[in-house]
Amino acid sequence: MNNKPSTGGLIGWIDDRFPLTKMWEEHLSKYYAPKNFNFWYFFGSLALLVLVLQIITGIFLTMHYKPDGEMAFESVEYIMRDVDWGWLLRYLHSTGSSAFFIVVYLHMFRGLMYGSYQKPRELIWLFGMFIFLALMAEAFMGYLLPWGQMSYWGAQVIISLFGAIPVIGDDLTLWIRGDFVIADATLNRFFALHVIAVPLVLLLLVVMHILALHEVGSNNPDGVEIKKHKDENGIPLDGIPFHPYYTVKDIVGVVGFLILFSAVVFFAPEMGGYFLEHANFIPANPFQTPEHIAPVWYFTPFYAILRAIPHKLTGVIAMFASIFVLFLLPWIDRGKVHSIRYRSQSFKWLLAMLVVSFIGLGYLGALPVSDGRTLFAQIFSVGYFGFFLGLWVISKNENTKPVPERVQ
Amino acid sequence: MKQSLIIVAALLLPVSAWAAGGSTYPNDKIDIDWSDKAAMQRGARTFVNYCMSCHSAKYSRYDRVGRDLGISDEMVLQNLIFTTDEKGEKTKVGALMKTTMTKQYGEQAFGVAPPDLSLIARSRGVNWLYNYLRGFYVDESRPLGMNNGVFDSVAMPHALVELQGSQKARREMRPDGHGGEHEVIVGFDLIEPGSQSKSEYDATVHDLVAFLDYVAEPYKQTRKNVGTGVIIFLFLLLILTYFLKKEFWKDIH
Repeated sequence: MNNKPSTGGLIGWIDDRFPLTKMWEEHLSKYYAPKNFNFWYFFGSLALLVLVLQIITGIFLTMHYKPDGEMAFESVEYIMRDVDWGWLLRYLHSTGSSAFFIVVYLHMFRGLMYGSYQKPRELIWLFGMFIFLALMAEAFMGYLLPWGQMSYWGAQVIISLFGAIPVIGDDLTLWIRGDFVIADATLNRFFALHVIAVPLVLLLLVVMHILALHEVGSNNPDGVEIKKHKDENGIPLDGIPFHPYYTVKDIVGVVGFLILFSAVVFFAPEMGGYFLEHANFIPANPFQTPEHIAPVWYFTPFYAILRAIPHKLTGVIAMFASIFVLFLLPWIDRGKVHSIRYRSQSFKWLLAMLVVSFIGLGYLGALPVSDGRTLFAQIFSVGYFGFFLGLWVISKNENTKPVPERVQ
Repeated sequence: MKQSLIIVAALLLPVSAWAAGGSTYPNDKIDIDWSDKAAMQRGARTFVNYCMSCHSAKYSRYDRVGRDLGISDEMVLQNLIFTTDEKGEKTKVGALMKTTMTKQYGEQAFGVAPPDLSLIARSRGVNWLYNYLRGFYVDESRPLGMNNGVFDSVAMPHALVELQGSQKARREMRPDGHGGEHEVIVGFDLIEPGSQSKSEYDATVHDLVAFLDYVAEPYKQTRKNVGTGVIIFLFLLLILTYFLKKEFWKDIH
């Protein structure tokens, strides 16, 4: 029983029964965030915005979509043509998936730059990585649903990767597909997983990600702890209440984001074949393999690592390792300095190498293979893993700049 | 050095084969003017007269086409609908644009069933279609006596041959980029004229492709119109929210 005197009114009545004001204060009006957030700090709230957008447009799409091998493709076109504003719902959802990855990649990059994964924020990073994994599963399964040629053959390629696992591989792929080929059974289960199972996991993980963040407090571009310097009331000197300061600031970010997002939705929803692949306007045909199967752009960096290695099982292991290694980041980085602003020159070079490698892999992963491209993909793969190895080596005795006591 | 330049150039090639097509003939580009409803109307007429006996546009409805292209339901019934429905009655104006040819018959006659064309402009692109429909030439080695400069060994006969006439391919040897040479089509010679001149036929194909572009995404113009409004609104909102933020933050240093 809460012993605090009631504040009266409707809010008071609720507060006596539910921690409404308490939660509001803990997470918004009395959550003190560093005052020096920059551009890179928009992407967390934007990711939340896109998540909500995907859930809402997704709900309306499921009202008209038919998860049936005979009807799926047709029902998508029905949504696009015969459902009022159906084209808008579908383009918002399809562009939203790409936007989700853009925002999340930038959000993760922010974490790399400012050491947001370092002690005491390891769990925030881990929850975030699980969100990223769930998001990849969500996107992969969602991409099968339009039942176009790329949906079908892209899923075929990815699922067949599990077949490279020794002993259980073949049975595992059969179990995933629910049939000997990708078929109605696969579509049905992917639909179930896409609209209910993975979103539930995602939402739970997002809550944990934010709870963990609010427990330890936000990092900032200087990578210093604002909780070290508090005033007489225990409020960090360099902290400002998230609401209203960051809510009004994030609204500006949201509107700026929506301008770019709308430009794609309304003027280039296919994004030149990157967001909606051209071959996906042909219904899935199990008897006709497209000339060139490319995953959607957000998977291409990992796909390029897979293809860079001539041996299939090793390639699959390398691909999964390229994602798994990110989980270990808080322990790979042995440095004490958080922010790139005060880290060594070698750290900056390593990070630049990671960015170039990642973009290079992403670009190559969308193209058909050739000898020259495979060579570049191998170089970039080495660059990608080289970041983590290099970071582990240099962070032990890093030549850092003096870190200020308080945010600048 | 030269080797690495070639590698870099190869890397910079367009991502999808969709945009490529350097070795095919013809290889022209067109612009589709979405305000030119008359062109789309002419294209719709060509489509129902020449394409729909084999191909459907089954995600599209006749009356929607009529509304979007400025044709009344009566005109649509008279000029665009030549099929009957399952009951043997004339197809209704609100019906989907299906073909009467069955999949089985199509497979028997051509080897593959003629595909639905509702989305062909989105999977192939308008330039490809424009070239493809002008790229048929006489080739006695093919079952139907016709081949195509854009789509080699295509199963489809030249449906517009009475308009374009028959043409013969002119070939030349060209370097294939791997040190050897291969024969490519460099032009066509008309051997039997059709009912249209070359420029008339090009215009017919242009209009047909304009219609296919329309039918692949009938809401495209709406999308752009709504988008313009949305973006203007968002820019105004951006100004307001920017000053709101500034006002709140003026005490933070």
